[in-house]
Amino acid sequence: MSRVNIDLPGLSMKNPIMPASGCFGFGEEIGKLYDLNELGAIALKATTPQPRYGNETPRVAETASGMLNAIGLQNPGLEKVITEQLSRFDTIETPLLANIAGTTMEDYEEVAEALSKTGKIGALELNISCPNVKEGGIAFGTDPQLAAELTKRVKAVSNIPVYVKLSPNVTDITVIAKAVERAGADGLSLINTLSGMKMDRNTGKPLLANSVGGLSGPAIKPIAIRMIHEVRHQTELPIIGMGGVSTLDDILDFIIAGADAVAVGTANFINPFVCLELSQALEQSLERQQINHLYDIRPKEVHLR
Amino acid sequence: MKKEDMIVRDNREIAQDIYEMVLEGNLVGEVERPGEFLHINTSRHSVPLLRRPISICNTDKQKRQLTILYRAEGQGTRLLSTYSTNDTVDVLGPLGNGFPVGDVSSGETVLLVGGGIGVPPLYDLATVLREQGATVITVLGFSNKNVVFYENHFQKLGDVYVSTIDGSFGYSGFVTDVIDQKKLSFDRLFACGPVPMLRALEDKYPNVKGSLSLEERMGCGIGVCLACVCHTQNDPDGSDYRKVCSDGPVFPWGEVVL
Repeated sequence: MSRVNIDLPGLSMKNPIMPASGCFGFGEEIGKLYDLNELGAIALKATTPQPRYGNETPRVAETASGMLNAIGLQNPGLEKVITEQLSRFDTIETPLLANIAGTTMEDYEEVAEALSKTGKIGALELNISCPNVKEGGIAFGTDPQLAAELTKRVKAVSNIPVYVKLSPNVTDITVIAKAVERAGADGLSLINTLSGMKMDRNTGKPLLANSVGGLSGPAIKPIAIRMIHEVRHQTELPIIGMGGVSTLDDILDFIIAGADAVAVGTANFINPFVCLELSQALEQSLERQQINHLYDIRPKEVHLR
Repeated sequence: MKKEDMIVRDNREIAQDIYEMVLEGNLVGEVERPGEFLHINTSRHSVPLLRRPISICNTDKQKRQLTILYRAEGQGTRLLSTYSTNDTVDVLGPLGNGFPVGDVSSGETVLLVGGGIGVPPLYDLATVLREQGATVITVLGFSNKNVVFYENHFQKLGDVYVSTIDGSFGYSGFVTDVIDQKKLSFDRLFACGPVPMLRALEDKYPNVKGSLSLEERMGCGIGVCLACVCHTQNDPDGSDYRKVCSDGPVFPWGEVVL
């Protein structure tokens, strides 16, 4: 047993670090830069039943210590993900967390059932929090009853653990967290991006073609930390924490706040090697401080699992 | 592709808000074709957060140096303009696919058309084409005389025509006006500049052999984030796309929707 390995439902991880969904594609590009076996897990880009082109450009806008994106769940669709993308991981031991999305409950069921049957996915991540699609998605993430029903239905058709990715665009995130826990979720991912907007001073209109986008990057870290801390004290579920993680200190902060694993998102865009560098830095730091295991840095009351 | 702290060897203003920066490092050895770009982190802090894509203007592999030209306009490029000699700058590159210089035969006449800050990659391109024995004609368009740059550099490589929109330097009007006026003929056309210029060229020469290079807001620069996608021209249902960063930034004439 190493200082950094962790065991979450469906995800046996050699370290707590994974790239966040949508910030790593399907591993094709970054897989050319380093060995993906070095990662704790890999969250794949959201998959929908049919291919989606996504939104028109501009799709990204920079903000203070952050960025807004409105990609719009662009992906090649379920069939091509299975036939063209998953084989890339046949020689890689790192467990996969497949992010699934749709506009109806049936969409989620279809993708969940098909992906769990491939035998190549460690766990599913229900994307009920994408702020960039007009229908579905976000509604499931802001209504506790809908979130619970969707969780139940996806659980019923899946033979692998199901994590629910929570939206921060709610008044009380613990209400949704508890609702999906009661509905049988195996874990939680939080937080997705915050809904935001940037104006174009030249045109007087929103800069993004989609008008609204999801805010990510270091700017949102304090919100993520607060929400993880709140959820940690309200549920027993494992938490994959994310939101502005880009340094070793960020990872430690998330673990202390109550995350069991940490996902790195926007930072991959600035430094494509960041997940690799952080996993090495974390292990070296614990060794230097002679801390036997990562979870030993947590205060006792957080140590729920 | 490397991620490297390159050393600034020079950084000076050569026209109004237009800077010429010379960078030294090992990634220069990986540059394959004119038209590739660097993705530059202008700050060690989180403001501005994202890298800035800037095309390579010229390379000197023996000296391990390359030149970039950029317009100090936004937060990132203004910050870049404050870098001094011997500072280091965090660079990812070379990225993207350059101009298909291998397609050009000796003796061909190639027309290069550049607009504003789209001009820089054409300089490396002109140099390579000349080395390959092609005849190079360059048409450069700028908004006014204060922002004209590299006219003399291009003159060493072939005929050069400069136009300004306000007529304050060279020919008056757009690059297409100059091409008409001088009745320029050519076998191939390579262009880089603002989209309206590229669109005007494609409308004027729908069937010419050639390529164009696009500018776009980018996130990662390596094809992961899907921020910089564009539609393709022969795509009735609108589902096909190209990534400007990793499929481009240079595309065959007529391939992508401008």
